[in-house]
Amino acid sequence: MVDRGARLLVADDNKVNRLLLKRSLELQGHQVECAENGRVALEMLRAQPFDLLLLDMEMPEMTGFEVLEQLVGDPRLGDLPVLVTSSLEGVAHVARCIELGADDYLPKPVNPVLLKARINSSLEKKRLRDQQKELVRRFATSEVAQDMQQSGFALGGRHLRGSVMFADIRGFTSLVESQPPEESIELLNTWYTLMFDAISGHGGVVNQMIGDGLMAIFGAPLPLDDHAGAAVRAALDMIEMIELLNVERTAAGKAALRIGIGIATGEMVAGYTGTQQRATYTCIGDTVNLAARLESHTKVAQRDILIDDATRAGLDPGCAVHGLGPVAFKGKAASVEVHAVVVG
Amino acid sequence: MSESEIDLATFEELKASAGDEFVTELVGTFREEAPGMLAELRSAHAAGAAERFRRAAHSLKSNSNTFGALRLGALARDLELGAMPADIALLDALDAEYARAAAALQALCNG
Repeated sequence: MVDRGARLLVADDNKVNRLLLKRSLELQGHQVECAENGRVALEMLRAQPFDLLLLDMEMPEMTGFEVLEQLVGDPRLGDLPVLVTSSLEGVAHVARCIELGADDYLPKPVNPVLLKARINSSLEKKRLRDQQKELVRRFATSEVAQDMQQSGFALGGRHLRGSVMFADIRGFTSLVESQPPEESIELLNTWYTLMFDAISGHGGVVNQMIGDGLMAIFGAPLPLDDHAGAAVRAALDMIEMIELLNVERTAAGKAALRIGIGIATGEMVAGYTGTQQRATYTCIGDTVNLAARLESHTKVAQRDILIDDATRAGLDPGCAVHGLGPVAFKGKAASVEVHAVVVG
Repeated sequence: MSESEIDLATFEELKASAGDEFVTELVGTFREEAPGMLAELRSAHAAGAAERFRRAAHSLKSNSNTFGALRLGALARDLELGAMPADIALLDALDAEYARAAAALQALCNG
């Protein structure tokens, strides 16, 4: 339930309607501003934050329909809850408002009890959407977050070509055992912050965090032309950031960190999996398995970054790699050509 | 003048939800605004401006129903939804109905 008052905007050209709505809403504990036509309302919405808009349809200068159309096309205001209050008659008007994204349609004179219920329900929905947005924002770049909202978190996969990265801290378990738990948590937070920056800085999305490991996708949910190159550049940035962190750690008398990164490129099935209540964006397929195998092989090969042939084929010539020859991985029928990216 | 001009259930409900004092002020606002709407109806009618005419009728209908001035609301609604009338007889009837409703509302507020 909404226990604190919200900031509401009432847009109505009729003074009696405006005053009455403002009064009803203030009695419900909300903070209310008024606009006397659609143009003024839109200007106010773009200049100040509001939680909800109560919109009349028949207004001079800019009608409610035009306001709804503008809101749909505005990425920042697209999910502002709108309740239409109008005495326009005919189901066609109601349908048009709903189609244009209005949450609901309240005929005038507005029944105060109905008004209260509708406002609370819309504000609650907005609160949940904001929460969801905040979660997405933490795990994705703003472009991906926007794609997720626009696609409506539709469950189900699609085939696409991209690059998958696995990364983890080597010897993290023994590190955890040798230091106080608070320090391990702090280390993990630092590690994730650095890695997220490097990955999202190159257009990738971190979609899983498991202990000290993470999985990132390049090329989904949004297409990325140079996904292999972007993944390798992100990996090089990650190594560089760890080196910088190690300078600090060594100065403080702590053990230096080593990380391993595996990258594979190819076809995969990507999409939101889970239930309507809890879903996550993920990729599955051979490419994903191979990236995980390459990451664990970094310990054997004593290299920081290992990539497959398809990733190497996507790199520009300036990027130096060493061919390590074919490696037979568990679960792979044929052996795989493995390359180490030269660091530094 | 008769208080049956106004649907008392609607008016009492309005007072219960918005407060007596506020409703008195709101009736005052209506009485300030409505003459402008009536004038707009006449001017739009004279100019043959159907859309302006419809909008003014729409506003008047909306406000009348808010206060329970249902007869006034119904006349305004006929003007909003119908074709523009050929002569001003309906506008004269509307003016007269408004005068009765406004007086009845004022009486209820003074009540």
